[in-house]
Amino acid sequence: MRRVLPLLLPLLAALAACEDQSMRVQNRYEVYGKAPLFPDHAEARRPPEGTVAVGALARETALREPPPVDAALLERGRQRYDAICTPCHGYTGHGDGMVVQRGFPAPPSYHEDRLRAAPAAYFVDVITRGYGVMYVYANRVEPRDRWAIAAYIRALQLSQGARVAEAPDLAEKLP
Amino acid sequence: MVQIFHPGADTVARVILASIGAAPVLAVGLAYTLWRSPYATAQDVTREQPVPFSHEHHVGGLGIDCRYCHTSVEKAAFAGIPPTETCMSCHSQEWTNAPMLAPVRQSLAEGRPLIWNRVHNLPAYVYFNHAVHVAKGLGCSTCHGPVQTMKLMRQSAPLTMGWCLDCHRDPAPNLRPHEAVFDMTWKPPADQAVIGARFMEERSIKSPERLSECSICHR
Repeated sequence: MRRVLPLLLPLLAALAACEDQSMRVQNRYEVYGKAPLFPDHAEARRPPEGTVAVGALARETALREPPPVDAALLERGRQRYDAICTPCHGYTGHGDGMVVQRGFPAPPSYHEDRLRAAPAAYFVDVITRGYGVMYVYANRVEPRDRWAIAAYIRALQLSQGARVAEAPDLAEKLP
Repeated sequence: MVQIFHPGADTVARVILASIGAAPVLAVGLAYTLWRSPYATAQDVTREQPVPFSHEHHVGGLGIDCRYCHTSVEKAAFAGIPPTETCMSCHSQEWTNAPMLAPVRQSLAEGRPLIWNRVHNLPAYVYFNHAVHVAKGLGCSTCHGPVQTMKLMRQSAPLTMGWCLDCHRDPAPNLRPHEAVFDMTWKPPADQAVIGARFMEERSIKSPERLSECSICHR
């Protein structure tokens, strides 16, 4: 036994060192994970100063040049507007969203004269840079989607200011 | 002559013999049950968080869309945990002095992210991708359950491989119209069998054989 023990000890030590072999956890960082390698212990890194992101030029162009307005763009705009803008601006754009009903300062209605007269680029600019208590939404809404939202805001404005005389079919349907 | 065995010895011996036979079967059964139980899968375990964020309030109460915060769910593998700025988009004006939100304000002031405790944690060898599931019409609530009723987030599905495969082998019953993907209360309509089969075709969803191949989820 005395001779076997020294042989056995390293074996036991090796067994004890056996960690989870399932590979459930691997030696890489998870998205947004903790990363002891970096001083701030965050896996998510800021790009170095002066970095140009892949696709940055395309995004810049998309922001500068409005896409053609068609049904698909309006549909996209409706979808984005409903998801991102309605908490404050409300589904009809009157500035009475649920968060406003809970005490957030009310944004202006899209149906006031100033905003009816504003060009589409103005709405894109507000989404990009924020306005008043409205935060910047540049990191949450892609450039093309900003134009889509602007187009949908136009549709909302039309919907709330439509004249029955301009839509003859409508007059027949109204009670 | 002294009796070595008492009268019950035969019974004891039989019980021991039977146990030797039954023990492996029972052990395997127990291991299998345990392995699939919430104890091992963390199903329905509610986790503590640095800020007691309530999906019930924000989704169920206020009706905020999933994508307001989880912005990359349609275009990336990871759905995205919102940066502190997203919280502060409203909380710069709402509940600005609430002690509950002190860590959020501190996070913004110091530029340090909040450290949330992960609820849905797949093994590192599973390459799950949100974007493709959303694009093909799998809804949030199919996997995440009734999030709009959860005060604190919990994992509503077992997230075992068997559970994933249940759907990969027959996705049609879970396929929704694209506009219903983020609807937390969606229920399959009566003719889901027909609609699901049509979606399989229209969205060129791969065959169950292909979807059950190892390399679909593992690299």
